[in-house]
Amino acid sequence: MSTVIKVENVSKVYELGKMGTGTLTSDIQRAFARMKGQEDPLLRIGEKYDEGAIHIALRDVSFDVMQGQVLGIIGKNGAGKSTLLKILSRVTAPTTGKVKMKGRLASLLEVGTGFHPELSGRENIFLNGAILGMTNREVARKFEEIVEFSGVSKFIDTPVKRYSSGMYVRLAFAVAAHLEPEILIVDEVLAVGDADFQRKCLGKMKDVSSHGRTVLFVSHNMEAVKNLCQEVVLLEKGMVAEIGKPAAVINSYFKRNTQYSSQIIFEEHEAPGNENVKLRRAELHIHEGEILDINHAFELQFEFDLANDYQEFNYSLNLFAITGEHIFNTVSPTVSAVKGRMKVSCLVPADLMNSGDFTVSIMAVSQRSITLFYFQNVLNFEIFDNRENEKWFGNISGAVRPKLNWKLS
Amino acid sequence: METNQDNWTHVIEPTEGIFNFNLRELWRYRDLILLFVRRDFIAVYKQTILGPLWHFLQPLFTTAVYTIFISIVKVPTDEIPRILFVLTGVVLWNYFSSCLVKTSNTFIGNASIFGKVYFPRLVIPISVILSNLMSFFIQCLLLVPFLIFYRDNIHPTIYILAIPFLILLLAMMGLGLGILVSSLTVKYRDLNYLIAFGVQLAMYATPVIYPLSLIPGRFKAIAMVNPISPIVEVFRCALLGKGTFSIETILYSTVFAIVILVFGVLLFRRVENSFMDTI
Repeated sequence: MSTVIKVENVSKVYELGKMGTGTLTSDIQRAFARMKGQEDPLLRIGEKYDEGAIHIALRDVSFDVMQGQVLGIIGKNGAGKSTLLKILSRVTAPTTGKVKMKGRLASLLEVGTGFHPELSGRENIFLNGAILGMTNREVARKFEEIVEFSGVSKFIDTPVKRYSSGMYVRLAFAVAAHLEPEILIVDEVLAVGDADFQRKCLGKMKDVSSHGRTVLFVSHNMEAVKNLCQEVVLLEKGMVAEIGKPAAVINSYFKRNTQYSSQIIFEEHEAPGNENVKLRRAELHIHEGEILDINHAFELQFEFDLANDYQEFNYSLNLFAITGEHIFNTVSPTVSAVKGRMKVSCLVPADLMNSGDFTVSIMAVSQRSITLFYFQNVLNFEIFDNRENEKWFGNISGAVRPKLNWKLS
Repeated sequence: METNQDNWTHVIEPTEGIFNFNLRELWRYRDLILLFVRRDFIAVYKQTILGPLWHFLQPLFTTAVYTIFISIVKVPTDEIPRILFVLTGVVLWNYFSSCLVKTSNTFIGNASIFGKVYFPRLVIPISVILSNLMSFFIQCLLLVPFLIFYRDNIHPTIYILAIPFLILLLAMMGLGLGILVSSLTVKYRDLNYLIAFGVQLAMYATPVIYPLSLIPGRFKAIAMVNPISPIVEVFRCALLGKGTFSIETILYSTVFAIVILVFGVLLFRRVENSFMDTI
């Protein structure tokens, strides 16, 4: 196997100050103001014009891709994935460094690029094929296959503006998938289409790589990455943080992004609450080395300062999805509380939660009816997904995703 | 691992050579150019009642208005029937101005597609030039009935053979200026507005609705600075028999066309590498 892509010390720097304001008049206005020693008239009050400001989107990125490999590229938003893809697909040039490639590269940065709504499906297949670098003859040879794969043969002479969005995407993907490029960049195509189409796409990707062609797969969908890729590059803050086998790198990605000690400690004067009760500490606790995913338990820990003794005292905890959906409410046992520090913990078991972003609010209650204080959005955290041997990589909906006792006979 | 290191098919680097026109790559994408031409040509008239008839209507109405105008103010037209005089000028000017205006929008108008896929960016302006060429040919058909009707008043000359060359010069200037402007609009959007009425004003500085011979001696030199003037004059001379030009003025137009095109392509290629970062 030979190397088909060689990325050598690629950096990309955006110079923020140098970009200009976009119109000649504004640039002149700015130049005049500076000549007269006045403040820049176009900046908002308090803003400072810093000419040297730069944003380093990629820093010294190097890696090799072998022929026939499916390479996953993962990282948080802003880690530099899109910039890297833009450089690889020649949309923009790197600031320093080199990328060497062997063979034709086609990217599915967004399927349906260059589709013209007024043209028919047939005309768009040829146009889109040509945009992606095929000759007319190549497209003509593949035409039947493309139409077949897309499943829109009945409407092939209808303008694509009459297509449903699903048909549109299927046709677009079909063109790109039949390109037979030596290198294919696939970016988040799994976000669209139904289950059936998704299966087709993944099948096609595997097919492409098994024919000795190379696939670069960029996705936030760790399940898909884990199942499809042979090697994964993890980008972090524009740098290559890790390269290796999918399971290991994805694990490490989760660990880097899990807030272990997502702990907040409040000094006495700043502690939220009122004269009765104050929150001094809140923590989302998981065992060292574990990942906060749906298959692991976690503990919500709190410390409160009570100003008085209470006969009947308890807590009521609400867990919300970041979207506002109320996931559950749980109530602590009622105790008689003594003035001073009180430690509280609540264990959320494994195999209960669905994946997603969550926020926790907790209420201190006396006599089972009087709200002493409601501490809102005390902790925020993300629970990752984890699926083994799955063929479906889309989102699984539902407030919770409990593992229950099933019997099949 | 690094066995056949020398047969990389492509190397992406920060800057490609200044004089790298990369015509071979452009040639590889010739099918795409033709498809874009087709797209521009077909898509424009979808869902219109008159369809391709619009190619005729626009110059006809323009010509009618100008003809009435120059009849009222009695502009002498070198004894050529006014309507034919204006029509030749309008058809020719239309080609240049639509080439210029439409290519000047290359980067901004196509930012969304340029942001996703690579293909030689010059494909777009070249396809615009070609699809405009098709409308130009269609509009030239419009000349035919008038040429026949006024056959006694006109005297076509041997310069008819030069017409393809004239068109080539116009295309080069339209393309060169257009991509020059489009490269500059990446940073300064003002130019977009400027070009819209600038082209309109430029028409009056070109002998479209008046003959160059009308201009008094001392202003003629100034009028000749406009590299399009000689082209219009030769075109009229070829078809109608009257025009004011010389070898020098033609040569001047030719040199201007070459220089502006080379300059335009150089700037365009400089910008295309990184314009996505500023747009």
